[in-house]
Amino acid sequence: MITRRGLIGGAAASAGLLLSGCDRLAENQQFRQILFSGEKMNQGLQRALTNRDALAPEFRPDQMSPRFRTNGTANPNTPEYAAHAAARFADWRLVVQGLVTRPRALSMADIRQLPARTQITRHDCVEGWSAIGKWGGPRLSTILDAAGLSDRAHYIVFTCADLYGGANYYESIDLVDARHPQTILAWMMNDRLLDIGHGAPLRLRVERQLGYKHAKYVQRIDAVASLDGIGLGKGGYWEDNVDYDWYAGI
Amino acid sequence: MVEQSPIAAPAAPGTTIYRHALVTRLWHWVTAITMFIMIGSGIGILKAHPHLYWGRYGANFDTPWLSLDWMPPWVGTMLNVLTIPASYNLALSRRWHLFFALVFAFALLAFMIVSLINRHFQRKLRVRAGELAPRNISHDFREHLAFRFHDPADPQAYNIFQKLSYVVVIFVAFPLMIFTGLAMSPGMDAAWPWLLEVFGGRQSARSVHFIAATFLVLFIVVHLTLVILAGPWNELRSMITGRWRVPDGSLGERGL
Repeated sequence: MITRRGLIGGAAASAGLLLSGCDRLAENQQFRQILFSGEKMNQGLQRALTNRDALAPEFRPDQMSPRFRTNGTANPNTPEYAAHAAARFADWRLVVQGLVTRPRALSMADIRQLPARTQITRHDCVEGWSAIGKWGGPRLSTILDAAGLSDRAHYIVFTCADLYGGANYYESIDLVDARHPQTILAWMMNDRLLDIGHGAPLRLRVERQLGYKHAKYVQRIDAVASLDGIGLGKGGYWEDNVDYDWYAGI
Repeated sequence: MVEQSPIAAPAAPGTTIYRHALVTRLWHWVTAITMFIMIGSGIGILKAHPHLYWGRYGANFDTPWLSLDWMPPWVGTMLNVLTIPASYNLALSRRWHLFFALVFAFALLAFMIVSLINRHFQRKLRVRAGELAPRNISHDFREHLAFRFHDPADPQAYNIFQKLSYVVVIFVAFPLMIFTGLAMSPGMDAAWPWLLEVFGGRQSARSVHFIAATFLVLFIVVHLTLVILAGPWNELRSMITGRWRVPDGSLGERGL
């Protein structure tokens, strides 16, 4: 005899079973591959159905957040970084290397002389919050063109001064985003020099992607053919260590 | 597919009829599973920043209209029970949510196309003017209070509350979930800026996404309650095999 009470209790118990089943499923290698293939499908759909060069919305000054919170590393806190900060980043170098014909090491003075783009954009953290700020700096493509990007290069890898688990933070993007007009290496924020909490002296802005892709404290750019040799091969610190999507456009 | 002809005599109580087409049943169960996963993983994502705002931005130090921190503890306990994965993991919650979002959206699209072609929507969900008359609504309402869910003259037709709730879920709440979800994607905001303007900003879209999800949770609770009250085995069988037994008399299947 099945009673209504039994049915409701049974439904609650089976919900619990289903949930623990979800966790066990996600540990299964095959299922995990299917689940993780959503990233490639979402990226493929976005790239196929929308304009690859579409600009992220830009805002008016009066639409900016009154405060733009810092997140992730607020200060790399290494002796090297502290020395750079004390010297107002006069000796900071942005190394551009890898699959380029003219590797170089740019000083902040060099970078500040490059034509800068300013944009008021929305920063969307993967956690769900958003803030609107004004960013300024040269387009990444200007720097890549000056270094002479090889045809074999497919990804740009950013290595940063902040440490995670003893190793430098790293992130990567493909050339669709690297060449996008709003992808800049920002050294200005809200009409001032970029501060330490937001990634001084140089931070990647890759509008159209979530906040964790916007690497702070950028020290080195590598043009590479594949992400295989980078970290654990998934293209970034969070992707390698915590299963975050490499494509963070959604 | 066997479909009821509008001129056929109503099926007699106790007889078994073919009520739900295969496509309807398939879509129902795909959606049931995906809804379960979307709600669980959605709670997991919300836990990363359990504050909701109106407008284009909103972060710590800004003013939320709703913070789950302020909820009574039993709400937190209930949310914990439903979260996918069970232990807090934003990256994995997103993997679940964004994979099954595709399943959910494309299943809905396919169902809508097929249901227009096979006239499922027109035959089952079309609301006629007379059904919206206050007299009919109050009559159906009294019938619901008496646990009589079927019109004795046409027991397999949906009553006005069923029609309206299915129409709102299929044509309003589900599309709203999909479009507010897309409006939270920075890639989609670049490609389709109008999407952001429709909702008045990303944080507004995020709030509407949450409100519509809450509405769907309430719908599911009512839906399951009515399945149980209307005779769970008959309803469940009809949604699996398509075959539904016409209830005897006004008290339906409850055998009271």
